[in-house]
Amino acid sequence: MIGNLPYFAVAALVIFGLFGAIFGRNLVKIAVAVSLVEAATNLFIIALGYRNGGSIPVFTQAGGYADYMVLPTPQALTLTAIVIGMATTALLLSLIMLLYRHYGTLDVREIRRLRG
Amino acid sequence: MKFRVFFVIAILVVGGLFWGAADAVHPFGNPGDVPMDGYFLSHAQRERGVNNVVTSIVFDYRGFDTLGEAAVLFTAVSSVAALFRGKGWR
Amino acid sequence: MRPLSVIVRTVCNAFAWFVAVFGVYVIVHGHLSPGGGFQGGAVVATFMALLLVSHGATKCLGWVRTNFFYAFEHVGLLTFIAAGFLGIGVTFFYNSLALSGGLFGSAVPLGPNGGSLNTSGTIALMNCAVGIEVVGGLSMILLYMMQGVFHVDKPTLRGKEEAGHDR
Repeated sequence: MIGNLPYFAVAALVIFGLFGAIFGRNLVKIAVAVSLVEAATNLFIIALGYRNGGSIPVFTQAGGYADYMVLPTPQALTLTAIVIGMATTALLLSLIMLLYRHYGTLDVREIRRLRG
Repeated sequence: MKFRVFFVIAILVVGGLFWGAADAVHPFGNPGDVPMDGYFLSHAQRERGVNNVVTSIVFDYRGFDTLGEAAVLFTAVSSVAALFRGKGWR
Repeated sequence: MRPLSVIVRTVCNAFAWFVAVFGVYVIVHGHLSPGGGFQGGAVVATFMALLLVSHGATKCLGWVRTNFFYAFEHVGLLTFIAAGFLGIGVTFFYNSLALSGGLFGSAVPLGPNGGSLNTSGTIALMNCAVGIEVVGGLSMILLYMMQGVFHVDKPTLRGKEEAGHDR
C-alpha cells in the first residue's frame, strides 16, 4: 500500500479534478480542474516507468549509472502529452475569455441562459 | 439536488475503481522486464548515435507521434489566432 | 495596462536575454542533455512573457508583429516535415543522416561519454525545427491572448479607468 503511494496520489488527483470539473461554478476553476486531471495522467505515466535507483536515460556524463536507467518510453509519451495539454489549455482559456466578453460573467449558471 | 447526488455517487464509483486499480498495477519502482525499453536503452547509441534516449524515441523511433503533436500545436495556435483576429491590432 | 515599476522593468529587461540564450542552449543540446525542442522553445517563449508582464501590453504590442512569429511557426513545421522526408529512400522519418559520417553523422562511443554536438543525424535538425515552431507558437498564443484582454469589456469597470496590475 505505502509502496504504491504515487498511484494513490494519481487516484486522488483524478477524483479532485472530476469534483472540480463537475461541481465548479467558475469557468476558470473548471479549466484548472481539467488541467489537474491532465497532470494526474502525466504523473501516472511517469510513475509507471520508474525504477528504484535508476538514473535518467541520458548517456552524457552518466558515470556509473549507465546500466540502470528508468524507462524512456513513458517519458517520451509524457513529453507529447504535456505539449498537447498546454495547447488545449491555451485554447480553453481563450474560449473562456470570449465567453466572458459575451456574457459578462464566468458563472456557468448564468452562461447557461440564452442571451440575445 | 438529485443530479448532485448522482454525480457524487458516480465520482465515488470512478474513484473506487481508480483506487482498486492503483493496487493492481505493478509495484512502484519495479516495472519488471520491459523488452521494448530495454531495446531502446541498449540500441539507441549503436543505431542512431544519440546520447539522449528520450530524444531518440521522440524524434526517431516514434517520429509520427511528434508529427501529430506538432500538428496539434499548430492547430491550437491557429485557433487562438482565429478567435482573437482583427479588431484593431494586426 | 500600465507597466510595472522600474525595478521590475530593469530586471526583466536584463534577464529576458539570458533566458533566451539559455533556451537556445537547451534546444541545440537537445540530443545530448535533458531537454529538447519543446522544452527549449517554451523557455525561449518566456522572453516574450517577461516583456509582456513587465512593460504592459500597450507598449509591448507596438514593438512586435505577429506575422513574424507566424512565419517562425510555419518555417519550423515545414522544416520538421522536410527533415522527415530526408530519409524517404527507406521510409518516412528514417534517420538517414545518423552514422553516415557527414553532417551530424559521427558515431558516438558506447556507454557513458562526454557527448559531441556532431551526432544523432536528423534528430538535431528536428530539435531545432520543433524549437523554432514552439517559440513562434507560444509567443503567438501569449500575444493574441494579451491582445484579447483589451477586447474584454469588463461590465463593472465600464466608464471608469482601467485598473492597472500594479500600484
